[in-house]
Amino acid sequence: MKTILEIKNLSKNYSGLKAVDNVSFKIEKGHVYGILGPNGSGKSTTLGMVLNVVNPTSGSYEWFEGTTTNHDALKRIGAIIERPNFYPSMTAVQNLELVCKIKNIAKDKIEEKLAVVDLLARKHSPFSTYSLGMKQRLAIASALLNDPEILILDEPTNGLDPQGIRKIRDIIQDIAKSGTTILLASHLLDEVEKVCTHVIVLRQGKTLYCGAVDEMNHNHGVVHLDATNRDGLFEFLKGQPYAVSVKEEIEGFKVVLNQPVDLGKINAAAFAKNISLNKLFLKKQSLEDQFIQLTNHN
Amino acid sequence: MKRLLDIEFHKFKYSKSSKVLTIIYLVIVILLMFTGLIQVNINGFKGSLSDLGIFNFPYIWHLSTYMVSFLKIFIAIVIVSLTANEYSNRTLKQNLIDGLSKKELILSKLYLAITLALLTTMIVFIASLILGLFHSDYLEIGIIFSKMEYLPAFFISHLMFFCFCLFAGVLVKRSAFALGLIGVWWIFELVIRGLSSFIDFKYDVDTWNVIQHILPLESASLLIKEPFTKISIVQGGIEQLTQGQYIKDYGVSLINVVTSMAWSFLFIFWSYKILKRRDL
Repeated sequence: MKTILEIKNLSKNYSGLKAVDNVSFKIEKGHVYGILGPNGSGKSTTLGMVLNVVNPTSGSYEWFEGTTTNHDALKRIGAIIERPNFYPSMTAVQNLELVCKIKNIAKDKIEEKLAVVDLLARKHSPFSTYSLGMKQRLAIASALLNDPEILILDEPTNGLDPQGIRKIRDIIQDIAKSGTTILLASHLLDEVEKVCTHVIVLRQGKTLYCGAVDEMNHNHGVVHLDATNRDGLFEFLKGQPYAVSVKEEIEGFKVVLNQPVDLGKINAAAFAKNISLNKLFLKKQSLEDQFIQLTNHN
Repeated sequence: MKRLLDIEFHKFKYSKSSKVLTIIYLVIVILLMFTGLIQVNINGFKGSLSDLGIFNFPYIWHLSTYMVSFLKIFIAIVIVSLTANEYSNRTLKQNLIDGLSKKELILSKLYLAITLALLTTMIVFIASLILGLFHSDYLEIGIIFSKMEYLPAFFISHLMFFCFCLFAGVLVKRSAFALGLIGVWWIFELVIRGLSSFIDFKYDVDTWNVIQHILPLESASLLIKEPFTKISIVQGGIEQLTQGQYIKDYGVSLINVVTSMAWSFLFIFWSYKILKRRDL
């Protein structure tokens, strides 16, 4: 598989404070990556370093397996950092024309990309007259201009209203579906959960986890069950090999699993013991639970 | 180089302040061209300014480059605001992320400074030529195109000043403060001048003669010396007052060309170093 970005032991110190501490990971073509972490965990600094705007204290990174120089590599990617930065007196089209000149590409995609982010109607208004949501969408259009091999988004929904968030998220999901590699930094877990296949978890500049989202925790979820005969059900559940713990709650029992289970077999086994279940479902642990668990453990 | 100039002029073209200031510059130059019609009364002489012979070739090259030099502050504000606004709008960061290298960024600003210096030189050349053709008493080709060293001097002094502005913009990141810095530096040079003149007077040495060629603004301003005492009527007045012959070298001296070029280089080099070291 083609490696797009490889980061090796990257560190950044700000006058004694370790903003990023020995972070390493690899971005491969075709996946959607999330960088997760609370505010101030080093997400933006890490991105700033690979985007050539923050000088690393130590460590290195390599774009496209080292086949081009850094700033030429940046012409092949699309990136938005923190908040949209454009020339206030220029219109959307003029701003995008400038980006084309910097990236050394033809201007014929401007209309198409403005259509993707739904800004065609306002394309000749100065940037300073845009709402935050429109600015953010223009930033996405600008990042897409060169049909990038990887799209880097840092907190793309920060500060937007619910409609704005939904709009940006839909755009990101469409882009992800088209097969573009995406690196999405966020502190919003459901955002990452919805689009990412792989995740890198940072806390205080250190990598806590790096890998596929569903392998983030060796945990098989929780089964919720209930029956009229609760005592019988409790006895039955205690004897099962997959049950790590059985906990009674108002709405029934919560069983933490240590292996994958087949709900049909559980139902059949219970019925054989004369217990008819009136509730049975499996709940996968949410990314939020996993994230909290992960950040608490360390 | 073409790409970098194209990028920089795109920014220049669509910036409000640069448009306004360039127009002000051009309007003042055009207004200055009409000063020849002003009626004056000096030392018993009556008539329009042009009758004084100040628009005669080749003297006009000296006079107009000297006068128009004062207007460079307008273009300087354009350069300062274009540079400092890249910081305040954070477009500098976005330019780098979009794939411009830090070296290219400084180079594009330098190309803009060179181009603007060239354009202003062109403007003063054309304006002087027109004025001269209208008012000059001598219209022989050999005389028209003689003693034109003031034009390259004009270019070099402008380039040095624009590089200084660029450096100030990169250093302090806010246009108002950057202009303030240039003002403070100008005052600083005045203070140095006062101090060294005082030392020269007290200890009978000649420090100012050396220092004036080192200070960037002073050295650049020495490129084109004041042309007024060259006018025969003024010169005559001075000689009458001092009872002696008034002799002064009005030429462009090499030392000032060299120091101005050196300062231009240093300002660009430092801008690059600052940009390279800084986290954005």
